[in-house]
Amino acid sequence: MSFFQKLKQSLAKTTQVLAGRIKALVKGRKIDDALWEEVEEILLTSDVGPDATTELVASARLAAKNGEILSGDDLVPWLRSAVAARLRPDEADIRWNAGGTTVILIAGVNGSGKTTSIAKLCKFLRARNKTVIVAACDTFRAAAVDQLGIWAKRLDVGFVGGSNNADPAAVAFDAAESAASKGVDVLIVDTAGRLHTQKNLMDELSKITRVLGKRIPGAPHETLLVLDGTAGQNGLQQTRAFREHANVTGLIVSKLDGTAKGGVVLSIKDQLKLPVKFVGTGESADDFAPFYADAFSSALFGEDETR
Amino acid sequence: MFESLAQRLQSVFSRLGRRTALTESDVDEALREIRTALLTADVHLSVVKKLTADIKARAVGEKVIESVRPDQQVAKIVYDELVRLLGGQPGTISPPNDGGIPIRWSASGPTVILMAGLQGSGKTTTCAKLARYLKSKGHRPLLVAADMQRPAAVEQLKVLGASLEIPVHWEESGRPPKICERAVAKATADGNDVVILDTAGRLHVDRELMDEVRDIAARTKPHEVLLVLDSMTGQDAVNSAKVFDESLPLTGVVLTKLDGDTRGGAALSVLSVTGKPVRFVGTGEKTEALEPFHPDRMASRILGMGDVVSLVERAQEAMKQEEVEKAAEKLFAGSFTMDDMLQQFEQVERMGPLKDWLGMIPGMAPALEGQEVDEKGIKRAKAVIQSMTAEERRKPDVLDAGRRRRIARGSGTSLDEVNRLIKGYKQMKLMMKQLRSDGGMMGKMADRRMRKMKEEQIREMRRQGVKLTEMDWAPEGEP
Repeated sequence: MSFFQKLKQSLAKTTQVLAGRIKALVKGRKIDDALWEEVEEILLTSDVGPDATTELVASARLAAKNGEILSGDDLVPWLRSAVAARLRPDEADIRWNAGGTTVILIAGVNGSGKTTSIAKLCKFLRARNKTVIVAACDTFRAAAVDQLGIWAKRLDVGFVGGSNNADPAAVAFDAAESAASKGVDVLIVDTAGRLHTQKNLMDELSKITRVLGKRIPGAPHETLLVLDGTAGQNGLQQTRAFREHANVTGLIVSKLDGTAKGGVVLSIKDQLKLPVKFVGTGESADDFAPFYADAFSSALFGEDETR
Repeated sequence: MFESLAQRLQSVFSRLGRRTALTESDVDEALREIRTALLTADVHLSVVKKLTADIKARAVGEKVIESVRPDQQVAKIVYDELVRLLGGQPGTISPPNDGGIPIRWSASGPTVILMAGLQGSGKTTTCAKLARYLKSKGHRPLLVAADMQRPAAVEQLKVLGASLEIPVHWEESGRPPKICERAVAKATADGNDVVILDTAGRLHVDRELMDEVRDIAARTKPHEVLLVLDSMTGQDAVNSAKVFDESLPLTGVVLTKLDGDTRGGAALSVLSVTGKPVRFVGTGEKTEALEPFHPDRMASRILGMGDVVSLVERAQEAMKQEEVEKAAEKLFAGSFTMDDMLQQFEQVERMGPLKDWLGMIPGMAPALEGQEVDEKGIKRAKAVIQSMTAEERRKPDVLDAGRRRRIARGSGTSLDEVNRLIKGYKQMKLMMKQLRSDGGMMGKMADRRMRKMKEEQIREMRRQGVKLTEMDWAPEGEP
């Protein structure tokens, strides 16, 4: 199944709601204030946020004034390409370390879906014949190490785990050591969930980053922030704080299989210039795919029927 | 990043200038700001619309009260409406946590509490917190591991239960409804008066899992069904809450992860959609971090107005009144030593992360946005004092360059830091000495000035709708 089909399927409810609503709303309508207000509402309820919504609506209005949007029927295609443009360029691949093990550090707030996303990423990499070791550096939450260990066994990847309350940076170093000496393709480092306002925990994350770089030059090559797809405007602050402390290179947006639309990624891309790399679209380890702006935008607003 | 609504309104009304009554256009302009503020706080659009309509109805034509700025007046109206929506009584302040447990108890047999929610909302942690909370109030809870979905979820609850010395019912395999049913029977037999069911996280659109949790409820007839909701959730909170409410006999909501900087507008959305009150809020990683919910505090938070009451409560818990008085006495008597200073630092530390409680001060949250707060500063200052000998702490005058260098090495700080601390200490003593040498005159003046300041602050807070007279935290001897 292609990414687009998959995303479309998992966003089905979303798409039904949003695309269905928006199409029914704009069909054959003439452009007037009432229409703009309703478009604005749709964007706001998708967590696009007041600022990005105001901007999008303002540029749509300008396009209408310039004759690019003549009636409600033109609105959906216009919005779809405008949103896609905002989310481009796609950076759907991993930044590989040409000279050795590629290290991917996974971070995020509590309950955002880090461990599950790692399991999915493992499966994704295994399907591409990459050898993988996962490092369980969440030594804080009870049984987090066990949770990742179970996944590692299921997915046939190597595993380095710390004991409870062990120093996560030490576990990270051991894992880097093990990965480098075994010459595996990818090391994925799981970290404890932390709220971005907890300075000591954010410092700990910086330390893990530094320690990895000591053993494997240039590591971590990717630091991916797992953002809960249901997150609201706080997602922006989260991302900003994590980027400051851990040099985040991209996002994994999880839990996009419900009715949430993940609109906050628009603001994140706008203000922080961080790309979404992967999206999690379901419960099973297969429900994971690289992110493409066009596909995402199409899934949100519905396909162009005239095409 | 976040500007408090109060600030936004202030700028609107300073543009509009002074009026005697609020006209419709004044209010409209203010409403735009209110709308943006609420949306930024993740309040659902439908609730925002209703709220702004209510606010408009109340505000238009309202006379501007002498001595109150119109922006403050509008802010007060918004605040009142929020408190009302959140289930509180505007104008009153919720009492400090007094040990009342907001739980509906079973008339006979164990009280069953079912916890449900989306994945990652914090159910397992909240179950452990709730169990600990109830145990501390003299109850005998039984935790039930009914999440057979997530790998190691059972293990997590077992570990938490063991660390809290609370029994956990778990089974190697089996269907959650059966497990829960057996657990309730076990609780009855073992004499546990509360059973807390930790169910798997599930999406509201997952019909199979929603049927399962409905089955659990049907078999265990819970007295409380609490929806665990991540306070960082956006507009989608209403969709999931609605489905949970339709599928389960929901009785309330627990709002988690409020120790971050989220405004938590989702609370408002869920409440207005389901009509179910927020019972508890989770405010930290530790198992103690669970508090009963206070509508007025939540309203302040959503509006970015700070949370004075929680701040005072925290200070009260951390600072022992006698210790504070003793330190003040010593200061005035001139016998304030480095040891006393150390004690002061420790009290400040007990209040938790600096940034947390600074953020509770009205108007501080926006100023702190993106700011680094040096949490380690106090720790380092403590280390400096702790590296001093008993004599040095009593008589800091003996601290010559050699001793200072030793202290810097011993505490892992720099000579500069040591010097700064000693300088701070000396300045404080000097100031007190001057106050004393003025025959008590200056002291009395300083005292009076502080009292005056306090009165002004109180008046200002009253304007914002906070009734301080109902609070018992003013130091003794205050008018």
